[in-house]
Order: sequence, then C-alpha cells, then structure tokens
Amino acid sequence: MKKATVGQLAYSRSGDKGDGSNVGVVALSDAAFRVLKAELTPERVKKHFAKIAKGKVERYEAPNLRALNFILHDSLGGGGSESLKTDAQGKTHGLGILAMEVEVPDGFEMPSPPR
Amino acid sequence: MSRDPVLIANGQGFWGDSILGPVRLVREGPLHYLTLDYLAEVTMSIMQKLKRRDPGAGYATDFVTMLDRILPEVAAKGIKVIANAGGVNPEACRKAVLETIQKKGLRGIKVGVVSGDDILERIPEMTAKGETFASMDTGEPLSKVKEKLLSANAYIGAGPIVEALRKGAQIVITGRCTDPSLVLAPMIHEFDWSMDDWNKLAAGTVAGHIVECGPQCTGGNYTYWRSVPNLARIGYPIVEAHPDGTFHVTKHAKTGGLCTVETVASQLVYEMGDPAKYLTPDVVADFTSIRLEQEGKDRVRVSGIRGAERPAKLKVSASYLNGYKASGQLTVAGPDAIEKSRLCADVVFERLKMDGVEFPPEGRLVEIVGTGVCHEGIVPPPKDPSEVVLRIGVKDADRAKVDRFGREIAPLVTSGPPGVTGFAGGRPQATEIVAYWPALVSRNLIETTVTVEEA
Repeated sequence: MKKATVGQLAYSRSGDKGDGSNVGVVALSDAAFRVLKAELTPERVKKHFAKIAKGKVERYEAPNLRALNFILHDSLGGGGSESLKTDAQGKTHGLGILAMEVEVPDGFEMPSPPR
Repeated sequence: MSRDPVLIANGQGFWGDSILGPVRLVREGPLHYLTLDYLAEVTMSIMQKLKRRDPGAGYATDFVTMLDRILPEVAAKGIKVIANAGGVNPEACRKAVLETIQKKGLRGIKVGVVSGDDILERIPEMTAKGETFASMDTGEPLSKVKEKLLSANAYIGAGPIVEALRKGAQIVITGRCTDPSLVLAPMIHEFDWSMDDWNKLAAGTVAGHIVECGPQCTGGNYTYWRSVPNLARIGYPIVEAHPDGTFHVTKHAKTGGLCTVETVASQLVYEMGDPAKYLTPDVVADFTSIRLEQEGKDRVRVSGIRGAERPAKLKVSASYLNGYKASGQLTVAGPDAIEKSRLCADVVFERLKMDGVEFPPEGRLVEIVGTGVCHEGIVPPPKDPSEVVLRIGVKDADRAKVDRFGREIAPLVTSGPPGVTGFAGGRPQATEIVAYWPALVSRNLIETTVTVEEA
C-alpha cells in the first residue's frame, strides 16, 4: 500500500446546502473511483473536516459519473445570511477534500488529469 | 415539425452576475432562448424589504438594465427571454420592461408575467386550511417565527412559463420559479412534451441544472483551472436540446473557457443532495442515470436520463428576521502578525465590555485570514506570515449593540500594536440577519396566473 492525495485521483466542487455544504468528488478513472469508495467513508471525511463540519457527514454515490457526494452538516457557521464566516457558502470545501490522504493498492496506476 | 435542435443559453447565474454574459450570448452566435436566473434564497427577502419601503421596487433591476442593452438584438433575432427577475414584484418588473421596450421604439414584443408564488399574505388562510409550514430542517412549526416573517414563496415549475410562451410571449417574467424550470419550459413548449413524460421532464431539468450557474459548467470554478483557455472571455453555456430528451452542452465558437465531460460533471455535483432524487416542482430527476460523452471540442452529449413522478407537495422558501450582524477587517503586518491579530481581537471585546457591551462566544467570530480559515484543521498554518487580514464579527438580537461594536475596530490603528492598517470602507454597520425557513405546501393551494401584454 502507498499513499496518495484525493487530488491525485479526483476533482471536486462544493457549495451550500442549508446550514451545511455539499462536496462532490469525481474520480478520474474507474480504479480511482474504487479506491475512493473504499477510502472516503463518512467517518474519515468527518475526521478530515473535524474543525469545519460540526454535524454528521452523509455520503451518496453516482457511479455513472464516478462521483461521491458528501453532505457536511453544520459546516457554515449558521449558513446563508446567519454566518459570519468568510466561506459562508462552503465554496472552498471542495478543495479541502482534495488535500486528504488515502491509501492506494500496490500496482495502482495513478490517473492523469484531463487533457 | 418542431425545430431541432432548440438552442437555450443561460446568461445569468445569480443576481450580481456579469452583464457581459447575456450581452455576449445574443451577439456571438445563434440562440433561440435566453434564460436568466436571478434568485437565491436570501434574494427574495431582500426584495421584500425593498418593496416595503417602495411599492414599485422588489424585483431584479439588473434585468431591466440588461434588457436595455440587448433588446435590439433580441427583437431582430426573435430570441425569447425567460427570467425569474420578477422577485416579489413581477408586476412592477413588467411595467419597467414595457417602458424600456417603448423607450427603444420597438413594437410587437409580448411580455408574459407569471404570478402566484408569493404566499406571504396567504399564510393565515393556508394555516387555517391545515398547512403547518413546518421547517424542513428542524420540524418546528412556522408559528415559532410568524411575527418575524419577511417573505414566503412557493417554488413554481415550468407549467406557467409554457403557458406564457403558448400565448406568444417573447419575454417571460416569473417570481420564485425553480432555476432548472426556466430551461425545461422552452423544451416542453417547442417539442410539445407531455407534463407527465417524466423521463423527458427529467432530461430538461438536468439540462437546466447544468447551465443554471452560467459559466460554472464551461470552465469557471474548475479544479484544473490552468487548462482553461481565455478565462476572461469565458463562453456562457448553451444547451442544444433535441425532441427525444437528449441534449448537447456547448458554448459559442471562439469564446474562452472549456466544455468537457469534466467541466459538466463538476457542475452536476454542485449543490447536490441525494443524486437519485433531485426534486423540482416538475419531476423527480435521477442523476445516477445521466450519461456524459465528449462528442467533439467543447461539445458534450448528455443522454439516458430517467425521471419519476413529480413530488406531491411544493417547496416553500420563507425567511424571517433573526437579529443583526456586523463584521469588520484590518490588515496586520508582521513581524508577529498572528500574535498581534489575536491581541487586537481581545482588545476589541475587552473595550466593549468596559462600555457594558458583551457578546457571548457564539455571537462572536474572529478569523485571521492567511492562516487557513477556509481549510481549518486541514492545512497547517504558516509560522510567521508577513501579513494577515484580521476579521472580527458579531451577531446579536440588539441592533444598538452590534452598531457599537462597529465603532471599536478603527481605533486599533492608533491604540493597538504596530503594523495595523487597511481600515477602509468605513465603520461596519449592523445588517439584518435574514434566516431561511424551508417548508412544504400542498400543490392545490397554489394558483398561478399568467398574463401576456404587448408593448
């Protein structure tokens, strides 16, 4: 087993969802999607965003897009106009997950970014 | 025979988006429909406040400013314009639009208006009929915030827009219409889709979701931003819709940006909840059925989309006044910028306390921008950055307390540690906190009205 960052395996986008944010992660290959499905459990994602997500983390899958979607509850300091935070809409949470470390199996072929 | 493809572009992703979007879309290539999305959740309450002060206000004035620039092309090319610019005052919006058309000396342009989404005045009547408007977030009944309600709007779907188009409207103005319905409506109209053809309605809804934030699907806010050519001239997205429910996402030739499977997939996951159940007033779309294929340069084919019967209830977006907030910022130069920023924040709250003004911990926010506030706990903060931005904010039910806070920021320049600067933009003022209250309402209680008038 060796280490990789989510950013080496996927791209992402995030935005607000009530008082939480959604973080969409799209894998660059089928193999990368398998790794992310196994590695990015709601518990680990919650731990990664421990200082940001005060509530629970939910996970959804869209295999047709090789996408995982995480809802980080209570991650915006109130959300909408109630929040005093700089990132009151969770716009940067997508980049935050790309910094997360995961384990990839031996012989795993690192995908190349598009183009 | 309906035309195929029908070209639908979205030129505005929110109130405040660049006017260049729609201006360039009508000039830089072919187009049949131009949609414009102006409404975020808090926008309606801002508009409601404006309308209380001035009965002629409460709509997206940007829409009229923009029409003033694009009307000649719109008229010459027969482009139809669909916008949820009506806000809480679609009638006033119509009046302004008709005046603009007349001012331009244009004739024969029909303007349609959809109303009926604004239910603020109808809440007591609907409550008497058994509607609780319980919060979808907390389950609490609306009675908890009834006295502080600022706005209440039911999300309207594509149906009334289709009706306006059938009546010959070239410009359609709605209030709180669901964003993707602006794009779905012209497809229903052009292809004569049935209002229970769930797969096709889902396809049009997915198309609407992809383009609703404008260039966010053509290279804006994209992870691989270095690969996006000519971001300044980014092309706003165009849907080439086909009668069978498949469509292409593209942009006008010679525009900047990028339209690939990856830029489209990025937008598909934006603001996503359960991908298998994307709810709108028109349909329940299944995002796990979407197939994306790169069919050429800046051209993505989208197919395979399935949908299910529309939800029984409509979503209501209500808002209420929940106190006041203010925040101010200063730049603090190093050495020891972080330590000095912490001292500044402590000093502000200590001085306020001396004057009898206290804020509980949950009513305060101190951020030292430059030390990882966006990615707290993820990225290690720099040891001694050459400068940081200190942001201090408060919220409270008492407006006077929040205003008092705003007067204690600038004094740090002369009575704080050295290197404090960048106090610009005046004293932070207390602004109202407009809290969001999502709820549901029975469909049969919402009556929409469509009127079409010629300028």
